[in-house]
Amino acid sequence: MNIGNNKMINKISPKNKKLQNDSSISVSLDNVSIKYGNTVAVKNIFCDIKKNQVTSFIGPSGCGKSTVIRAINRMNDLIEGCKLSGSVIFEGTDIYADDIDPVEVRRRIGMVFQQPNPFPKSIYENIAFGARVNGFRGDMDQLVEESLTKAAVWDECKDKLNESGYSLSGGQQQRLCIARTIAIEPDVILMDEPCSALDPLSTLKIEETIHELKKNFTIIIVTHNMQQANRVSDFTAFFNTEKKGKDLGGKVGFLVEFSKTKSMFNSPKQKSTQDYISGKFG
Amino acid sequence: MLLRVDKATTSKFSLRKRPTSEKLVDIGFKNIVVAMASMVAVVLFSIFAVVYYESTESISRYGLRFLFSSAWDPVTDEYGAFTAIYGTLFTSIASLLIAIPLGVGTAIFITENIIPEYIRNIIGIMVELLAAIPSVVLGLWAVFIMEPFIRPFLNIIYELFGFIPFFGTEPIGAGMMPAILILVVMILPIITSISKDSLNQVPSNLRQAAYGIGATRWTTIFKVIIPAAISGITGGVLLALGRAMGETMAVTMIIGNSNNFSWSIFAPSYTISSMLANQFGEADGSQVSSLMYAAFILMILTLMVNVFAQWIVKKLSLKYQ
Repeated sequence: MNIGNNKMINKISPKNKKLQNDSSISVSLDNVSIKYGNTVAVKNIFCDIKKNQVTSFIGPSGCGKSTVIRAINRMNDLIEGCKLSGSVIFEGTDIYADDIDPVEVRRRIGMVFQQPNPFPKSIYENIAFGARVNGFRGDMDQLVEESLTKAAVWDECKDKLNESGYSLSGGQQQRLCIARTIAIEPDVILMDEPCSALDPLSTLKIEETIHELKKNFTIIIVTHNMQQANRVSDFTAFFNTEKKGKDLGGKVGFLVEFSKTKSMFNSPKQKSTQDYISGKFG
Repeated sequence: MLLRVDKATTSKFSLRKRPTSEKLVDIGFKNIVVAMASMVAVVLFSIFAVVYYESTESISRYGLRFLFSSAWDPVTDEYGAFTAIYGTLFTSIASLLIAIPLGVGTAIFITENIIPEYIRNIIGIMVELLAAIPSVVLGLWAVFIMEPFIRPFLNIIYELFGFIPFFGTEPIGAGMMPAILILVVMILPIITSISKDSLNQVPSNLRQAAYGIGATRWTTIFKVIIPAAISGITGGVLLALGRAMGETMAVTMIIGNSNNFSWSIFAPSYTISSMLANQFGEADGSQVSSLMYAAFILMILTLMVNVFAQWIVKKLSLKYQ
């Protein structure tokens, strides 16, 4: 074991030392706080995300759900001035340790974004590009077909694999993006409001896709839609905001409640959760 | 057809019915805009027509021979623009080859978050300031500072590679090489600032898509960002090529103005623009016509560059909307 890893172990709290041996945990957020410049966006998040389960993040706008999900594959590195304290443990490794390459993290933890964002290349190339970036050696045609099939979009694009990814409808584009992520076989797939730009039918198709994907991947999904969280997820984390100090209008996000989706929607422990899921605010 | 307007509504909203004057302003505005836009076309075509008309004498006398002869003798009335055409094409293309990697590289550096933003901003401002230096000042600088400074280096190249025709004469001062370098300085800001703008316009979710599948910064820049911005970058490069081909003052000051053809880039040479600038004052009769012919060729060259540019941009541009 090298020096970097030793240092990482020292940072892990006793609670997580125990969890390191717990192989059912995929990602563990340990006292995570995130700042943009000097503004605290979220603070003190503790959360253990189970393998091969769907975990959804819900909460009102501005509560930091997206910030947290983007911290899990270090997408926040792209934002200047974004700082994280605490640790994000992925399969026993702190992904924010000094010796960790963020590119490798993203190869293990894939992401689907809010807006469908296919590459301005052909449908085939959209899948093949990511695979090639990850050093795929195998039958590319087969990989493309398998990924598109798993993302439930193969039938719609099998006859036009050489056409631009932008020739597809919004919902199909989003499933293409999911296929692109599946193709690189990550361990975890992060989805940041994947259905917010889509119509109800496409949304339903993507939810079916998520059900299918659960068998092979750990999925974390941010959603504004509580019914969706209820339908697709096994665990739910509810985030809320609180006013920071009296002088500033800024709000800080924090994790209110994290439990099995069924128990959260049937018998929430916190009053604010109850209020939010019954539609009193948010 | 006129719509009938209720009296009660009219009292609250006085403009339910548009007055005739407002409609006239609309129509008038449309016509003025059409007229102004047509002016551009009229000016362009009349310049072409006049330059062509003025050069007909020379065109009919020399025909295409004009393009391949290096003679320029007002006494015997023997004219040819080969040296100037070659000089124009060679200096502008050579300066592009140097300026493209420098300019695009600078643009990537400014748009990526490799170093803190304020340093990038300072570099960006300095590039823009470079564009603000008048070309005559650059020419002066080239003659008195740059050329004496680079001459020892050019001499080394001459001594080592003198057997290659391109380096076949001794650098003695003004010549093609310093002209190429001063052109690099002049077109660099064009390439950099247009590349920077088109790189900035690449939607940020494309960048995220690339990083999201585990692409490195290198792959993201060269396989996703640059291909998405390539049409803008090409546009900038061709604008720069146009500038390089037409640039007169600084080039005239440093290129040596000699109509004797030489393969060597260290020898004095000519470009069409510097030839025009040098000779229009004393020219008369068929020499004017020959200068017009040369000017016509320069216009055709830039036109060809532009058409080619449009074609390339269309070929290269990736649709991401």
